Amino acid sequence: MKRHLLSAADLTRDDAELVLRTAEEMRALADRPIKKLPALRGRTVVNLFFEDSTRTRISFEAAAKRLSADVINFAAKGSSLSKGESLKDTALTLEAMGADAVVVRHGASGAPHRLAHSGWVRSSVVNAGDGTHEHPTQALLDAFTMWRHLGSLDGRRVAIVGDVLHSRVARSNALLLRTLGAEVTLVAPPTLLPVGIDSWPVETSYDLDAVIPKSDVVMMLRVQAERMQGGFFPTAREYSRRYGLDGRRMATLQDHTIVMHPGPMVRGMEITADVADSARSVIVEQVTNGVAVRMAVLYLLLGGNEPAGSADSTEGVAE
Amino acid sequence: MCAQPAPTDALPDGRQSGRIVLDARDITRALTRIAHEILERNKGAQDLVLLGIPSRGVPLAQRVAERIAAVEGCDVPVGSLDVTMYRDDLRLKPARGLLPTQIPTGGVDGKTVVLVDDVLFSGRTIRAALDALNDLGRPRAVRLAVLVDRGHRELPIRADFVGKNLPTSLVERVSVTLAGIDAEDAVTIHGTAADATSEGADA
Repeated sequence: MKRHLLSAADLTRDDAELVLRTAEEMRALADRPIKKLPALRGRTVVNLFFEDSTRTRISFEAAAKRLSADVINFAAKGSSLSKGESLKDTALTLEAMGADAVVVRHGASGAPHRLAHSGWVRSSVVNAGDGTHEHPTQALLDAFTMWRHLGSLDGRRVAIVGDVLHSRVARSNALLLRTLGAEVTLVAPPTLLPVGIDSWPVETSYDLDAVIPKSDVVMMLRVQAERMQGGFFPTAREYSRRYGLDGRRMATLQDHTIVMHPGPMVRGMEITADVADSARSVIVEQVTNGVAVRMAVLYLLLGGNEPAGSADSTEGVAE
Repeated sequence: MCAQPAPTDALPDGRQSGRIVLDARDITRALTRIAHEILERNKGAQDLVLLGIPSRGVPLAQRVAERIAAVEGCDVPVGSLDVTMYRDDLRLKPARGLLPTQIPTGGVDGKTVVLVDDVLFSGRTIRAALDALNDLGRPRAVRLAVLVDRGHRELPIRADFVGKNLPTSLVERVSVTLAGIDAEDAVTIHGTAADATSEGADA
């Protein structure tokens, strides 16, 4: 693995499978009496969140704490960041505090990349969502959830439905799922597909009803109204009729197909309550798996004197 | 390590040369004796849990459990205990992937846990295993069974059940191969000085 996790494209297939296997072991921890491992004792993980986030920050915090790391939360609100401090000065402060890893969420695409490659900090940088660009640990936890339900992702069909334009989750998922051998179809109105979608390793469709009966996974995305300044679709009602997942559409899915959502959901918009609460829905499980996957990522980046290699790193234990 | 034979003693078919100290039948006899000793010491199979240390301790634990089942007529729970994150050399090497930890249903609380490993060497793996076990519960007692004890302990740890005591020098390497993971059952010593540099301080 590389020293930073900035993009799902940073992961080779071996890296991604190593994360998934490691996450499987981390997940077993939830059933143990002591939910703690000593692997990152004495390491410091800083959660640097320039954008509001509940589940991702809590998930990273829980992951780091279960690995015995010290966690420092650094939120934009109520800190020097809201007083006009630059990213560089914040980074230098973190460096001076001796952070071993910086988990960063930023409204600007590319901010984690800047942090990692500017020479301001020596720590590993983990992208926890940057603008409309990427959110690689979300893609890993989605892949992990699919892998637990469906086994190998080779040849599996995944439909990602909704606001692809503003979604960092869609981009990271498309890249990672392709690496793992799945076939991704993005379903959205033309106005919510990004420019340059032709260069993504995916199919696209405007017709949800044609795509979902063939899919093994249906992932619904939230319509990110806070990032929209124009009319991307006529009305919310029309959007949910054409691109929302309701009970009628759910009835056309194959028996094994799972329904996912990266959260937060807007019930009644992209997904109806009966679908979100149905037996097919793995949305709550995604949150549980998020902690396990983030533990795996932090462990593989920080557990040794350098990040884990691929494939052969499980060898050499016996003798 | 075991998976990487030194260039000088690799045979064309991938197996290793070197001196075989235990062949398949010796290993069978040693495991049968260990099974009996465990039963004798425990006065039966009640409350026993066998935990193999991956990778080769796990099939050894299963084989011992089969022999106990044959003698006592009852199944003994078998699990595996990965010690990777508890090792004292975790920070000295690149991060390593984890191996399976499977604790039998019923847990380890109040049980007599027998840790099973292939080679006992520095004792550091066993120290890590004791720490890992501490996070899983409170066994009534912990015992240690190993197929080979090659000496050179660096910690105050000893085995309760030993397949074979094998006096070695530090430049020698001991490798255990087991059918199921490897081609065949064997314990082999590789003795060239060139091997010494590739030797880890494991087990």
